[in-house]
Amino acid sequence: MKRLAKWRMISMIAIITLLLSGCGEPFLSTLQPAGEVAKEQFDLMMLSVAIMVGVIIVVTLIFAIVVVKFRRKDDSIPKQVEGSHKLEIIWTVIPIILLLILAVPTVASTFKFADVSEMDKKNEDGKTDVLVINVRASLYWWEFEYPNEEIITSQDLVVPTGQKVYFNLKASDVKHSFWIPAVGGKMDTNTDNVNRFYLQFDEQKANEAGDLFYGKCAELCGPSHALMDFKVKAISPDEFDQWVADMQSVKEPETAETPLAQQGQEVFNNSCIGCHAVTPATGAPEAARLGPNLTNFGERSRIAGVLDHTEEELKNWISDPEAYKPGNKMTNAYNTLTPEELDAVSEYLMNLKVQD
Amino acid sequence: MSTYAQKKGFGATLWEYLTTVDHKKIAILYLIAGGLFFVLGGLEAMFIRIQLAVPNNDFVSAGLYNEILTMHGTTMIFLAAMPLLFAFMNAIMPLQIGARDVAFPFVNALGFWLFFFGGIFLNLSWFLGGAPDAGWPSYASLSMASEGHGIDFYALGLQISGAGTLMGGINFLVTIINMRAPGMTYMRMPLFTWSTFVASALILFAFPPLTVGLFLLIFDRMFGSNFFDVANGGNTVIWEHLFWIFGHPEVYILVLPAFGIFSEIFATFSRKRLFGYSSMVFATVLIGFLGFMVWAHHMFTTGLGPIANAIFAVATMAIAVPTGIKIFNWLFTMWGGSIKFTTPMLYAVAFIPSFVGGGVTGVMLASAAADYQYHDSYFVVAHFHYVIVGGVVFGLLAATHFYWPKMFGTMLNEALGKITFWLFLIGFHLTFFIQHFLGLMGMPRRIFTFLPNQGLDAGNLISTIGAFFMAIATLILLINIVVTSVKNEKVGNDPWEDGRTLEWAIPSPPPFYNFKQLPLVRGLDPLWIEKMEGKKGMTPAEPLGDIHMPNNSFTPFMISLGLFVAAFGALYREDYNWGILVLIAGMGITLLSMFVRSVKDDHGFHIHKEDLLNDDDKGGKA
Repeated sequence: MKRLAKWRMISMIAIITLLLSGCGEPFLSTLQPAGEVAKEQFDLMMLSVAIMVGVIIVVTLIFAIVVVKFRRKDDSIPKQVEGSHKLEIIWTVIPIILLLILAVPTVASTFKFADVSEMDKKNEDGKTDVLVINVRASLYWWEFEYPNEEIITSQDLVVPTGQKVYFNLKASDVKHSFWIPAVGGKMDTNTDNVNRFYLQFDEQKANEAGDLFYGKCAELCGPSHALMDFKVKAISPDEFDQWVADMQSVKEPETAETPLAQQGQEVFNNSCIGCHAVTPATGAPEAARLGPNLTNFGERSRIAGVLDHTEEELKNWISDPEAYKPGNKMTNAYNTLTPEELDAVSEYLMNLKVQD
Repeated sequence: MSTYAQKKGFGATLWEYLTTVDHKKIAILYLIAGGLFFVLGGLEAMFIRIQLAVPNNDFVSAGLYNEILTMHGTTMIFLAAMPLLFAFMNAIMPLQIGARDVAFPFVNALGFWLFFFGGIFLNLSWFLGGAPDAGWPSYASLSMASEGHGIDFYALGLQISGAGTLMGGINFLVTIINMRAPGMTYMRMPLFTWSTFVASALILFAFPPLTVGLFLLIFDRMFGSNFFDVANGGNTVIWEHLFWIFGHPEVYILVLPAFGIFSEIFATFSRKRLFGYSSMVFATVLIGFLGFMVWAHHMFTTGLGPIANAIFAVATMAIAVPTGIKIFNWLFTMWGGSIKFTTPMLYAVAFIPSFVGGGVTGVMLASAAADYQYHDSYFVVAHFHYVIVGGVVFGLLAATHFYWPKMFGTMLNEALGKITFWLFLIGFHLTFFIQHFLGLMGMPRRIFTFLPNQGLDAGNLISTIGAFFMAIATLILLINIVVTSVKNEKVGNDPWEDGRTLEWAIPSPPPFYNFKQLPLVRGLDPLWIEKMEGKKGMTPAEPLGDIHMPNNSFTPFMISLGLFVAAFGALYREDYNWGILVLIAGMGITLLSMFVRSVKDDHGFHIHKEDLLNDDDKGGKA
């Protein structure tokens, strides 16, 4: 009997898993987990769904019988039943057992996901052996600082697959929440404190998702909350090391090559550089980092997190950011650019690349 | 004493309602005001769904969308669901316990007018520079950063209406403790009265934290304090705690009375006493108690740490046990019964699978580690709409049909009622079921638009179509109300013919003194007991005598009006010089009205025995 129950449970989980895992896009859906954390959360989800479907089946069965069988047929008065101690005990005890089955793995996973002790283990250089990324959320963009590697990037998070990546999370203006659905649950970026957690990116699943996961802000933060997307490039550890080295090699703003781009660099230095850095150095204080770091802008996947990465969209964005992200902090922070200046600065930005 | 007059002009009727302290008339006021706000909140919901019907839609702008979503949540919770429940509590609970009114009729009226003026104040924000836009919980960092006066309207409006709710809750508590008819022991009280009792206790303990939080927000935004200003040593997570210590019990404040309504309906239309009455009472009390132990499950991703998250996860799961007990007790109330599928019973029956749907996703959400995925996604939106629409709104619609004859003396049309029911039921599941999957597929909540090619298009369109079904259903309900009111076919004491509790022993609508003689209660379902013994009505517990009644009063209206005026002063104090004067003037009106109330002796009046005798045909035969 017990074995039968267990078998039923497992087969139910299997059926539900099969049904649900087709849902959504591999780069966004929590139902196609692409990492250890998301996988464990998915399994917990399936366990709870299986238990709950069991409950629903029992209720539905009784419900159907009642609704069909006990319709009023004549004017007789049914027997007035006070209750039944036996039944009461059954439907008190069974749910408690079901909840215990769910509670044990829940508590275990909750503690597991909160284990960031590796972040506190510093080697002689004062750095950690594990990869740590400081995430800073601002209206409506994301900054990713790699304290060990001493580089900063924005909007496109670059991570190696197959290892735990630890995050320090905070916000610089209002509360946001850092969420990469396919890779793991979210955690809030508070204004008061730094939150910490870890995620792991699965190589094969990353390939299936086109090496690019979608990240979202999950806490209402203002008009453009819906557009506060970021992207995650999950690449192999070797490629990641190469990327880090390429980023680190940029010590000074690189001089543009074509005449148009050089003209654009001039415009950039006059209008944009007050907020946007084009070197990945971590030296500047946070308060001075007013806009996304653009060091590797030419290699990013989106403009402003949501627009296609084309020169056309870039010009649209620079000429009227308010139209694309209402309430953003870039609008009116610089003088209007002439069409020529716009062409030039776009040419310059699209050629900001570190990986040649 | 104007209450004796039958035909009155519009002005006299208006004056009567502005000054009334009669719980039945206050119930009608709550029903009208709550109904209006329900329609308003429903319109806001439609705007939300139209905006999200297709990706990249521009039906409303980003900022306006945030105002709409904030006002939808705030209106539906504070200004629609709660007042509508208060309407039925006011109308029915005193009748169920055999009382002539609530304990403090004056405070009852004051509670209504505070709620009403608070709600109006909040909604005036639409015309005065923009509504609040930080979501109904108005998390402190965002609400502090929000420009304009929207959040000020939110904080001041909710403060005023919250005071009214708190008064209402205390009033109900005192009424149930003190004013039960002879023989009506606690364990003979109908379940709706029990759930009113527990919900009122929740109000008593849950609203003060909200009041404190709102005052801190008011001080921060309007008077220069720094409770939530991190740069100056404030802390925004405190707001989250204060809000949810109120906010979670609030869910039970809403759903417990709905449970009570369903309990009455199941027993009535199954012609059976409630299965496991004592365990139902126990479960209600236990849910109320546990409701205070779980608020941090709204904050699993805030970063409280694994210990807090684990404790609150397990505590949250525990609530499923008493809720499950209730579900099975309802099912077994029907089991072996003789079920008549009237409109209220249809809602009650449909409530079971719908609410179980919301309940099981609640347990899923309780699993903290998995909640990191669900939190602030459309999964949560689906979950709480299953609970609040499938539980509370179904309960309100059921109660509207069930108690309409008792409140107005005429039955809502059953055919139209059933059409409303089916449209609403289909629309509800169509709208919200798919949202579970949207959330799991990675759609965050409170987004004003979404980009194409994320696998979210079809689900959102289906959801919007469902919303239109619910809108049409609501329209048909309104038509039903108008048609019924125009026809106005009078009904007797017990129009559903299967009434079990005291309210069905007196005329519909009841005379203003409810019971000519207080009834003698001999057990659970007192009217049913008398019916089964072949009697027509209740046995009186006292000889016919004079009845002491309170006088009408305009003071509650004035006290509330003063606070309404003062709120404008506080809001505009920093913008205009006259702000502070208006603030003082408003406070003055309120304090002066309170002073008048304190010094003026108002002993009420007596209905004399002789008048009651002449009033025979108007019933109250108990």
